[in-house]
Amino acid sequence: MAQINKNVIEQLKKDILLKQGYKPASADTLKISGLQQVEANFPNGVFPTGMIHEFISNRDEHASACRGFISGLLNSLTGNKGMCIWVSMQRTIYAPALKEFGIEPDQLIFVDVAKEKDLLWVTEEALKCDGFAAVITEIKELSFSQSLRLQLAVEQSKVTGLVLRTDDTKINPTATVARWQITPLPSHLQGGLPGVGFPRWKVELLKVRNGQPGAWEFEWQGGKFLPVYETESGNINTSVRKAG
Amino acid sequence: MQQRFMALWFCYLKTDWITIRKPELTDIPFVFSLPDHNCVMITAANNIAQQGGVLPGMRLADAKAILPSIEVLEDKPAREEKLLKSIAEWCIRYTPLVALNLPDGLLLNITGCTHLWGNEAGYVADIISRFKSKGYVVKAAVADTIGTAWALSRYTENYCIVEPKQQRAALCNLPPAALRLDAVTIEKLDKLGFLNIESVLKIPLKELRRRFGGDLILRILQALGDVEEYLKLIKEPEPYQERLHTPELIKTRTGIDIAVQKLLKKICERLTAEGNGVRTAILSTYRTDGKIQHLTIGTNKATYDLAHLFKLFELRLSDIKPGMGIELFVLQIPKIDKVDIKQQAIWKGKINVDDNGIIQLLDKVAGKIGIQAIYRYLPQENYWPERAIKNSQNIKDIKQTPWRTDLKRPVNLLKYPQPIQVSAPIPDYAPMLFRYKGEVHHVKRSDGPERIEREWWLDEGEHRDYYIVEDQNGYRYWIFRSGHYDKATPEWYLHGHFA
Repeated sequence: MAQINKNVIEQLKKDILLKQGYKPASADTLKISGLQQVEANFPNGVFPTGMIHEFISNRDEHASACRGFISGLLNSLTGNKGMCIWVSMQRTIYAPALKEFGIEPDQLIFVDVAKEKDLLWVTEEALKCDGFAAVITEIKELSFSQSLRLQLAVEQSKVTGLVLRTDDTKINPTATVARWQITPLPSHLQGGLPGVGFPRWKVELLKVRNGQPGAWEFEWQGGKFLPVYETESGNINTSVRKAG
Repeated sequence: MQQRFMALWFCYLKTDWITIRKPELTDIPFVFSLPDHNCVMITAANNIAQQGGVLPGMRLADAKAILPSIEVLEDKPAREEKLLKSIAEWCIRYTPLVALNLPDGLLLNITGCTHLWGNEAGYVADIISRFKSKGYVVKAAVADTIGTAWALSRYTENYCIVEPKQQRAALCNLPPAALRLDAVTIEKLDKLGFLNIESVLKIPLKELRRRFGGDLILRILQALGDVEEYLKLIKEPEPYQERLHTPELIKTRTGIDIAVQKLLKKICERLTAEGNGVRTAILSTYRTDGKIQHLTIGTNKATYDLAHLFKLFELRLSDIKPGMGIELFVLQIPKIDKVDIKQQAIWKGKINVDDNGIIQLLDKVAGKIGIQAIYRYLPQENYWPERAIKNSQNIKDIKQTPWRTDLKRPVNLLKYPQPIQVSAPIPDYAPMLFRYKGEVHHVKRSDGPERIEREWWLDEGEHRDYYIVEDQNGYRYWIFRSGHYDKATPEWYLHGHFA
């Protein structure tokens, strides 16, 4: 009896998730290369596309780590073909650097606006447009109703929205599917060599709707995310092999 | 199609104009005067002064002898041209083809316009009553030729409409001066006893030419319609133009929306048939109080999509203030382009730049915020970081050179390098620590230097030695020293953040 109940509950859970827009894993599910551990914490073990993700940061250094991480995500999200739009007010992002993260900088359209009202308007309109692979917005604060509007906008178009909040002093509840925090970590080179190594971050999932929060360490290496413990354990990474 | 022309004659153009501005002049005789060589001449006289015997072209001294009570105002050269031009622009609401007829008239090509006012009589009556309510005394005539219309407007009581092909009959009883001749010819004809045009027309043209020259013949033939005459229009009509007259004044947003949609529909039908699309469109609204408001939209790619164009207008329509009401909408397309017709994809797999949705979104953004808000970068073959990218305004541009990956560049590049204080152990080595915005960063790891020379053919200044440094927190920065190390205090700057 207990077994049957468990099965029924499992089935109901799946149905609820489906109704909430989470698709079960299938052959054409998007896989973010190297982020399997993080994906496991999302419902069905799938990185939710077509929803709004929220990234928080409180200083420029964290924000730039965040931008690097987002660029890494875009690499998988765009599949190297689609266009993305990056909406911000005081843009500092330097397009040529994104090539390192595997996206062609000319795939990105930047929109610089002067007013926060316009920022949200452009974001919402862009999210409604299914021609984009992803919409990235840099905004100071995001209220619950604003996040709800953005979430409603993507429900039709299935565009993935990434909101980078640059002020984490007021963290309010939002309607986003996940809240991320990316902080830079000291880099490390093989064998204690001098010099600056690959970008290394602490990736934290502070909040996941229907999923598990968690924290990991990742490096961006050879065009994909690499969990840090793997590199520590003596795996010779590709670039070293090339050099040697 | 048989052309129809209207001539308008402002009997007291300048004096009416000043009377509208200064109502106290209504009941007194006054003239405009202008010095000419050595004496002051009268250039215009109002109705009362003319009844008293003062006519334009007299000397002011003579006029003062005839009417001692006369008021004299100073005239300005070419004032009538300015006045007529503004009146002509106002007249565009009646027909797009308006020409000046100096010094005191307008010529309008009204072909195909009159039915909007019922018939020709209604059209003419509307124009005259409009001018009358403003304070101008106007006489008008409609005919098949400019010459006949001109003649009748000068020699008729109020207004006159000549039925098609009736020019000869209409002209018969008018004096020869109605043929727009110069003073010498008029005097000659007068001396010879030609009291009306009928008597002139009886003489064979060959004889007339010998006696009076070709000008008279030309004028006769023009008036009769045997020789075509062209107007010098004040404004060439746009080839892509649609007009919408609203019998009832439009005061509401809904009304404006409907009007714009109607205009767009007409234009789009024509453009679709020709395979052209809109790049720029201008909507002009004529308010009943004379105010004209314009609204311009642009698109990133030629389009004849009605819904999209309307959306672009919709974003800005709130700028149009209907006031007392709008009586005329005009939509012009000054810039068109060929639309590249693509085969419809059966299913959408690849998404690319040409995606219609993206273009439409960019149009909307450009319409609301401005085209300068949109950036898309292409690589440029320069080492100087600020110049390694160029903004491409055309969405279809493709990169000519690949993006470089051999040099590490920061994710964040500050708009202006920020000065930092450093302490460096030895020249040409990364600093031990630096202070930025009051915070001390101890450099734990560093790469560099990477020297980037200034492009001396573009600007002058010191080269930069860039270092990638990582501090105790793991924050990675791009810092540089400006110039060589030989200065007493080398200048260091922070230029970017790495991911």
